[in-house]
Amino acid sequence: MKSVQFPKSLWLAASLVLGGALAAGHAAGQSAPKEIKLGQTMPYSGPASAYGTIGKVHTAYFKKINDEGGVNGRKINLVSLDDGYSPPKAVEQVRKLVEQEDVLALFQTLGTPSNSAIHKYVNAKKVPHLFVATGATKWNDPKNYPWTFGFNLSYQTEGEIYGRYLLKNKPNAKVAILYQNDDYGKDLLAGVKRALSGPNAKMIVAEATYEVTDPTVDSQILTLKASGADTFINITTPKFAAQAIRKVADSGWKPLHLLNNVGASVGSVLTPAGLDKSIDLVTVQYYKDATDPQWKDDPAMLEWRAFMARYYREGNVEDASNIYGYITAQLMVQVLKQCGNDLSRENIRKQAENVRNFKQSLLLPGITMNTGPADHAPIEQAQLSKFNGKQWVLFGEVLGGAQ
Amino acid sequence: MNGIPTTTTTAAATAAPTQPASPARDAAARSSLSRRQILGLAVLLALACVLPFVLGNYRVFQLTLALAYAIALLGLNMLTGYNGQISLGHGAFYAIGAYTAAILMDKFGFPYWATIPVAGGVCLVAGFLFGLPALRLEGLYLALATFALGVAMPQILKHNSLEHWTGGSMGVVIAKPDAPGGIPLSQDQWLYFFTLFWAVLLFFCAWNLLRGRIGRALVAIRDQPIAAQAMGVNTALYKSLTFGVSAFYTGVAGALASIAVQFVSPDSFSIFLSLALVVGVVVGGLASISGALYGALFIQFIPNVADQISKAAPWALYGVFLIGFMYLMPSGVAGLVQVIRRRFPGK
Repeated sequence: MKSVQFPKSLWLAASLVLGGALAAGHAAGQSAPKEIKLGQTMPYSGPASAYGTIGKVHTAYFKKINDEGGVNGRKINLVSLDDGYSPPKAVEQVRKLVEQEDVLALFQTLGTPSNSAIHKYVNAKKVPHLFVATGATKWNDPKNYPWTFGFNLSYQTEGEIYGRYLLKNKPNAKVAILYQNDDYGKDLLAGVKRALSGPNAKMIVAEATYEVTDPTVDSQILTLKASGADTFINITTPKFAAQAIRKVADSGWKPLHLLNNVGASVGSVLTPAGLDKSIDLVTVQYYKDATDPQWKDDPAMLEWRAFMARYYREGNVEDASNIYGYITAQLMVQVLKQCGNDLSRENIRKQAENVRNFKQSLLLPGITMNTGPADHAPIEQAQLSKFNGKQWVLFGEVLGGAQ
Repeated sequence: MNGIPTTTTTAAATAAPTQPASPARDAAARSSLSRRQILGLAVLLALACVLPFVLGNYRVFQLTLALAYAIALLGLNMLTGYNGQISLGHGAFYAIGAYTAAILMDKFGFPYWATIPVAGGVCLVAGFLFGLPALRLEGLYLALATFALGVAMPQILKHNSLEHWTGGSMGVVIAKPDAPGGIPLSQDQWLYFFTLFWAVLLFFCAWNLLRGRIGRALVAIRDQPIAAQAMGVNTALYKSLTFGVSAFYTGVAGALASIAVQFVSPDSFSIFLSLALVVGVVVGGLASISGALYGALFIQFIPNVADQISKAAPWALYGVFLIGFMYLMPSGVAGLVQVIRRRFPGK
């Protein structure tokens, strides 16, 4: 046979590849003493890969910090792994980070399903599970999960803000709600319903849901329109938010349109939906929008742009995720600074509970980050804003949840 | 022929060859394993028992998942490799098995070990019922029908009417079982041995099933359905039963994996899982029992290797690996192993 020599060398090649891979896996196990090792999982691939940029901003920001001498003389090393937005993969990767990479803390692991899957594990292992990149309300539960910290304005708080805005400004509203059929959508809906409870519950005249896998939400919009509602609360992620805005305008429905923050990016939602169709949308915001001209010469924004140009050139400066990632990375650095030379997991948790009035200038004026032993949600304030065809215009005062 | 390239391998622990090189060898191989094969299996089993004490808990956890995948791949291989029915939706049965185990533990307080046979049984019925209408579909049409099942499953799991049981998109969190009292094993090590026990048992059953009359009938249906029928093989019954047994294996695997991961949610069972299983079967080697092991190692570890090499394009690298495997080992890893074994025959 002619092929006899072939398989032998193949075998060799295959075992070399495998051996090399295993060896590479082991080599990364030890952390240098002068280094702070953090870990995270990000959906670099899969259905939510658009959020992967957050992990890249983090890496870029920590590089900047390291170039400037690190935190208290220590470099930050962020091990960022792909979980493809799959919970079992997230479990596997987080176990790798904790048991093999020996990370000090987890930082901004992304996605409600993925974080749900590792919630118990990291708390059993007593690994700080910091500032998870999801707005679910359940992360702020220090009594049962003392090692987990949220970050985002929680969806429930956001929903409450809409509900209370309606009670105050449009008490006779007939409300139609579209929401994504998952944890996030239901969480935000629960906030709205908490504000519109008791006798006010009948203000909600119609509800419709969609799945992330649905191609469009056109039929849902038509159903909601047919309910005769004059107010529309739009709880959708970017792609569906753009579809909904367009369909509402095209169908001739002219409701008061409250759009949730998740889908309120000018660059990735309103522009594709049509800026003229987006006039008078109302949303809440808690950080500055890079595409908003009013912040064009804002010092914090200029600093951020300079950072993007130097450390993350390939990143899209219109993508709000890149601002979000920058803010969270700064909060992380703040916590590490507070830790001083005691870089134990216990102290990291203690310091993460000890953020007081930390002002990050990409947050809207008047909003600060605060945590405490009974409060694992750094951001609990936001401000309403209205779209004028070009930009979001803030109005009213900084609002908080009901607590 | 259904146009599926199949190998007829006799690698390590495999079934009888369907196109034997010589009748004498065929008879010998069919009746039992050669001494060398038994020795090889014993070494493999010993290695499997030693590994969890050498590796860290994280690696043990990965191996547990790989074992679960191997069981699922074996199930899919019976259907696709031996019987020639292509399924692009086996992730659905994996999900049903996982959810059955999770719900039984979460809502009914079943002990974890008791959920495995139930999960398998539920999938056996589900697979058999799905197999009945699927009888009318052949080749690519069956592939599409199963694909539909795989695509639909995550949404079915999220459906409002099932939410009370499935937890909707929140999923179900499962407590991790401890080793029974007195056994000095960590949770991960215990689960590994628990999964290994099921894997060995199911591999043995599959080997027993496929090397004899039933195995020959399955292959005959794949290669020459009309001739098989003429010989008195009840094609319809065999085909839907194969579907059922295949689903049984996959369901057991799903249940085992869900206990190891401690969490099930619809996002865990996207269509990509079904595709990964098909990839595993083909890479491991169609119509080969040992192929399931190789395939499982591939789908468990290659994505990690690809991610380690490049953050920017892990799936492009995964594709390169896949093409490389297919190009260098057109009949799967099991096929390659067989070639090597032929090259160095035992004395």
